[in-house]
Amino acid sequence: MHQFQIHPIVPIHIGGYDFSFTNAALWMVISVGLVSAFTIFSMRGRAMVPGRWQSSVEIFYEFIANMVRDNAGHDARRFFPLVFTLFMFIFFANMIGLFPYAFTVTSHIIVTFALAGSIFLLVTITGFVLHGPKFLGLFVPHGVPAVLLPLVVGIEVISYISRPISHSVRLFANMLAGHITLKVFAGFIISFITGLGAIGWIAAILPLLMIVAITALEVLVGALQAYVFAILTCMYLRDALHPGH
Amino acid sequence: MADQAAQTTTPDTLADPTVNTVSETQAHGGEHSGGFPPFKAQTFPSQLLWLVISFGLLYVLLSRIALPRIATVLEDRRDRIADDLDQAALLKRQADEAIAAYELALTQARARAHAIAQETRDQLHAEVEKTRHGLESKLSAKTAEAEAQITATKDKALGNVRLVAIDVAGEVVARLLGEKADAVATEKAVDAELSANPTGGR
Repeated sequence: MHQFQIHPIVPIHIGGYDFSFTNAALWMVISVGLVSAFTIFSMRGRAMVPGRWQSSVEIFYEFIANMVRDNAGHDARRFFPLVFTLFMFIFFANMIGLFPYAFTVTSHIIVTFALAGSIFLLVTITGFVLHGPKFLGLFVPHGVPAVLLPLVVGIEVISYISRPISHSVRLFANMLAGHITLKVFAGFIISFITGLGAIGWIAAILPLLMIVAITALEVLVGALQAYVFAILTCMYLRDALHPGH
Repeated sequence: MADQAAQTTTPDTLADPTVNTVSETQAHGGEHSGGFPPFKAQTFPSQLLWLVISFGLLYVLLSRIALPRIATVLEDRRDRIADDLDQAALLKRQADEAIAAYELALTQARARAHAIAQETRDQLHAEVEKTRHGLESKLSAKTAEAEAQITATKDKALGNVRLVAIDVAGEVVARLLGEKADAVATEKAVDAELSANPTGGR
C-alpha cells in the first residue's frame, strides 16, 4: 500500500487540521502544470495549419466540445470549460499515476468524491436556479400509473442522491484496483526471484509480461475513466438544463 | 522523508507522521496499523484544500487563457476555410462564365466563318456564272453569225448553181437540138428540177 501513502512535504497546520503540502498535493500541482503547459504552450503558434502539439490540443478541445454538445445540449456551452478542466485533470492524473514512483491523485476517494460531490451540488443548484420547483419534475417520469408513482419517485430520488457516490467510486475504484494489480504482479516477480533463485528468474518472466499487458490496459482504463467521468458530468448537466427528459 | 515526518510531530497532528514512519518500516507487510491509505480521514483536509487550489487554478488558467485561445484559432480557421470556399466558388463561377463566353464566341465565329465562306462561294459562283454567260452569249452570237454567213454563202452558191445550170441546160439543148432553146422554158425546167432536188441530185 506504499504507493497510496500520503506524506507531508511542507507541513501546514491550521486550527487543528492538517493542511500540509503532501505528495498528493505535489502531484495535483504537477498535473495542473502539465495540463496548462500542454494546452497553453502548444497553442503558442496559433497556427492556421496546426503542428503536432497544436493538433493534439485541438483534438482534445473538439472531443470535449462535441461531448458536451451531444450529451448536455447546445446551451451547456457555459459548462464546457468545467468539463474540459475535469477531463484534462483526471486524464493527466490517471496517466501520470502510471509512471513508477508517481502518485495517483485519483486513487483517493476523497479527491474523486470532492469532484463528484461538487458536480452534484452544481447540477442541483443550476437545476433549481433555472427551473425553480419545476426541477423536481425530474423525479416524476411521464406515463407512470398513479399507484406506482410514490415508489418510482422514491427510486428516482435515491438514484439521484446516490449519483455522487457511484460517480466518484467508479473512478477511485478503477484507479485503485489497477494500481493494486500492478503491485501484486510486481510482488510476484520479487518473491519468485528471492524464493526460487535461478528458476525464479525464468519464472519471473510471466508476471513481468502480465505487468506489461496490465500497464497497457491501465492506459486504456485511465483514459476511459476520465471519459466516463466527463460524460456522466455532461449527462447530469443535461438534467439540470432540461429536467423534462 | 523521515526527517520531514519528524518535523511534523506537533500536538494537533493526528497520526500522519507516525503512520508514515510505521509504513516505512512495514512497507512490505501490506496491512499496517494506519489502515487503508485512501480511507484515512486525517489526510482529507489537506487533499481537499490542495485539490481546490490546484483544480481552481487549472480551471482559471484553462477558461481564461487556454480555451479562448484554442477557440479563436479554430474559429479563425473555420472562417478562413469558409472564405476560401467562397472565393473558390466565386472563381468557379467566373471560370464558368468565361467558358460560356468562349463557347458563345466560338459559335459566333464559326457561324461567321460559315457565312463568309458561303458568301465567297456564292460570289465566285455568280462571277463564274456571269463569265460563262458572257462567253456563251458571245459564242452563240459568233455561231449565229457564222451560220448566217454559211447560209448566205450557200444561197449565193446555190444561186450561182441555178444560173450555171440554166446556161448549161441551154447549151446542152442547143447542141442536141441544133437550135437555140427557149430561155424562159429552160429557166422554168431548171427551177422545177432544183426545187424537186435542192441538193443538186447527189
